Amino acid sequence: MAGILNAKIPEGPLDQKWTLHKESLKTVSPANRSRMHIIVVGTGLAGASAAAALGEQGYRVNVFCMGDSPRRAHSVSAQGGINAAKNYRNDNDSAQRLFLDTLKGGDFRSREANVFRLAEVSNAIIDHCVALGVPFARDYAGYLDNRSFGGSQVSRTFYARGQTGQQLLLAAYGALNRQVALGNVTVHCRHQMMDLVVIDGQAKGIITRDMVTGRIEKYPAHAVVLATGGYANVYFLSTNGMNSNASALVQCWKKGAYFANPGFVQIHPTCIPVHGTHQSKLTLMSESLRNDGRIWVPKDKTIAIKLQNGTLKPSEVAEDERDYYLERRYPAYGNLVPRDVASRAAKERCDAGLGVNKTGKAVFLDFERAFETQGKESIDRKYGNLFQMYEKITDENPYRKPMKIFPAMHYTMGGLWVDYNLMTTIRGLFAIGEANFSDHGANRLGASALMQGLADGFFILPYTLPDFLASGLKEPLPDPTHPEFAKATENVKQRIRNVMEIRGRRPVDDLHRKLGKLMWEHAGIVRSAEGLAQTFAALEDIRGRFFRETGIPGSENTINQELEKALHLEDYLLLAGLIVKDALHREESCGGHFRIESQTKDGETLRNDKMFQYVAAWEYKGSDAEPVLHKESLVFNYIDVTERKYK
Amino acid sequence: MQFTLKIWRQAGPRAKGYFERFTLDHVDSDTSFLEMLDMLNNQLVKESRETIAFDHDCREGICGACGLYINGRAHGPDEGITTCQLYMRRFKDGSEITVEPFRSGAFPVIKDLVVNRNAFDKILQAGGFVSVNTGSAPEAHTMLVSREKAEESMDASSCIGCGACVASCKNGSAMLFVASRVSALSLLPQGNPEACRRARAMVLKMDEQGFGSCTNIGTCQMECPKKITVAHIARLNREFLYCKRSDLQE
Repeated sequence: MAGILNAKIPEGPLDQKWTLHKESLKTVSPANRSRMHIIVVGTGLAGASAAAALGEQGYRVNVFCMGDSPRRAHSVSAQGGINAAKNYRNDNDSAQRLFLDTLKGGDFRSREANVFRLAEVSNAIIDHCVALGVPFARDYAGYLDNRSFGGSQVSRTFYARGQTGQQLLLAAYGALNRQVALGNVTVHCRHQMMDLVVIDGQAKGIITRDMVTGRIEKYPAHAVVLATGGYANVYFLSTNGMNSNASALVQCWKKGAYFANPGFVQIHPTCIPVHGTHQSKLTLMSESLRNDGRIWVPKDKTIAIKLQNGTLKPSEVAEDERDYYLERRYPAYGNLVPRDVASRAAKERCDAGLGVNKTGKAVFLDFERAFETQGKESIDRKYGNLFQMYEKITDENPYRKPMKIFPAMHYTMGGLWVDYNLMTTIRGLFAIGEANFSDHGANRLGASALMQGLADGFFILPYTLPDFLASGLKEPLPDPTHPEFAKATENVKQRIRNVMEIRGRRPVDDLHRKLGKLMWEHAGIVRSAEGLAQTFAALEDIRGRFFRETGIPGSENTINQELEKALHLEDYLLLAGLIVKDALHREESCGGHFRIESQTKDGETLRNDKMFQYVAAWEYKGSDAEPVLHKESLVFNYIDVTERKYK
Repeated sequence: MQFTLKIWRQAGPRAKGYFERFTLDHVDSDTSFLEMLDMLNNQLVKESRETIAFDHDCREGICGACGLYINGRAHGPDEGITTCQLYMRRFKDGSEITVEPFRSGAFPVIKDLVVNRNAFDKILQAGGFVSVNTGSAPEAHTMLVSREKAEESMDASSCIGCGACVASCKNGSAMLFVASRVSALSLLPQGNPEACRRARAMVLKMDEQGFGSCTNIGTCQMECPKKITVAHIARLNREFLYCKRSDLQE
């Protein structure tokens, strides 16, 4: 099976691979570019930057987004920052160090050459974003400021208050708007991609649903770029936006794109705890807060119980009665350990009965010392909007009481399998940003998602995609009257009819919530062979109920948000099965994938490199057949694969 | 808690709209306003009645998708927040709450509480960017920006494009929206060379899209969830007049 997945990693020394590869890539002459049509699905950092950069080169780009404007894409919610190896702090940072941190952070389950390239282009991203007008935080002399994020010992995170994602997205969206004005890019808002059209093994276009009129439309293209983000919303409660969904990914998987490492998902340690039964989503409190906030629970259970029932105030717990468990367990990194480590540690303390809110599922994030040493004003300038957000949701003032936080579903490292050129196993279909799998292994470091999205969109895809186009210069734009377009259109219409005709009375949310709970329990922070194996039957049950009990009032020919949710849930149910299957097959612990059967005596992850040092890429074989596993061995020529230690 | 909800219903852009009343019981005070609407919609599904359409996405006050006129105010009674950051604890148990879309001439209703804010995109496409090609940027530190300027630019740049300023302006003016982008870029050296072109193109596009003129009422500033001030409108006016003057001199 090994021959099937060719990652096309270029020859040459690690730090020369990308340079040499670029020299070997074919280009398209400017005169020919306006004849080449490219579809980009998604307008987050990856999609907007890719569309803008390709538009700048002169290609004809059609961009699709679900929201009423490209600016709503969920990259907007990223708070803390973006990494780059600028070494502005003179703390011995370099592309090599960023590469090592990222690879180690991902627990040696990502592709060496891709990760190095990511680190290598990181500096150009900052330069370009400054040029685009991002108001990054600056010091009094006018130079760019940095802060630290988990999993690194240098200060390399650039930020714009707690709104870095918003500011970067505004920049990428600005670059996109410029291309719209120049006529190179056309944006289709309120459109959902419903299917990929594949002709003779090559991606030739997409089928969309106009979410206002319900019209099913065909769009042909020479190449299709998927930038639709991750699939965290399989878990219902997550930090993702409500509209973020996995449907485009799932449809491409069904059409032949392999899905890599679906079981690698990230649970973020610092989120506002679940509080109500009708809660629709969870809110992140940026990892950057761990620069100045200290995480603790009481040492003693009796104190925890008093905190839980509100008879004791956190300020009344004496210093020596507090357990700053991250500082205790991981003295070298302290509160800035990677996310998977911090999430597991929080769960461990809460499971031991030391949680601090009424559900017992929260730990403190305390700024007392930071207020004393830096002053409230300085903390306010760094995190003001986060403190405000916290207060609005919880009705508690974080300037007076420590924040209460708990881990929540946040990001997915898995995604469509891509080669070094970011092309999936379907020719002409590319996947960028969170939608692909390549750079973060089994755990992503904070402030690296923005970096990867913009790296793929601004600096990698604009080189590799033209190489693909150059080999098919004589190919005309695919004919939308081709039978494959008609077939795909009919399939989409049939799928919509199928869910519209269920005619039950159960809200889609109800079953989605059930799915989320199941996945959180068995495929969340901690996984076991037994728990995972049980999940299949429960998934079948939810699936059965979905097709019997769901109710979707109204018509498909207008805005129908219940229909949209139902179509998403149908795809989540399929993907959930794949997540569980992948998590079950990987009988080791690595990064965010923690199997209780595979841990050290200190409760840390225990990898099994001999058996599992590979990317698991799953091929869809039809609704009645099991997906087939293909392995891409991970070869590390430039680093030592070691135990991941943060102590 | 229990509420009576008086909600605007409209089947389509050309359909006649009307208010419909609903009662909703067992609402927890920790429920957000949009989660309350989710509850209502789920109740409607159980009764096989068409749900109420409303825009929303991030539900943490940053994407700008949600925007409801609640009891006569954009984003509801609190200041400095979006609709999704509003919680039911803010309302009196048993009260009636009126919910309308962000109405304005330039924001036609698409369905129920969903409006078309496409005109905002068109204004930004006219010039709300720095014209730099990917790959041509100099090293970031070749352009220094004072902390004060960067912070002020950030204040302006925190606009989320929700449209509260337009919906609450009696003239339906988009001046605060336009000013936020113009101001954010003109405070930075990298936006400078095309500052004139930008201000003029965006203001002209704003007029073309059917937004009203600014008469310095200041409601926009009061209702802006990101507390962007009218000082930025002053900067926009300055930029615009400066451009006009240099045109005359040419």
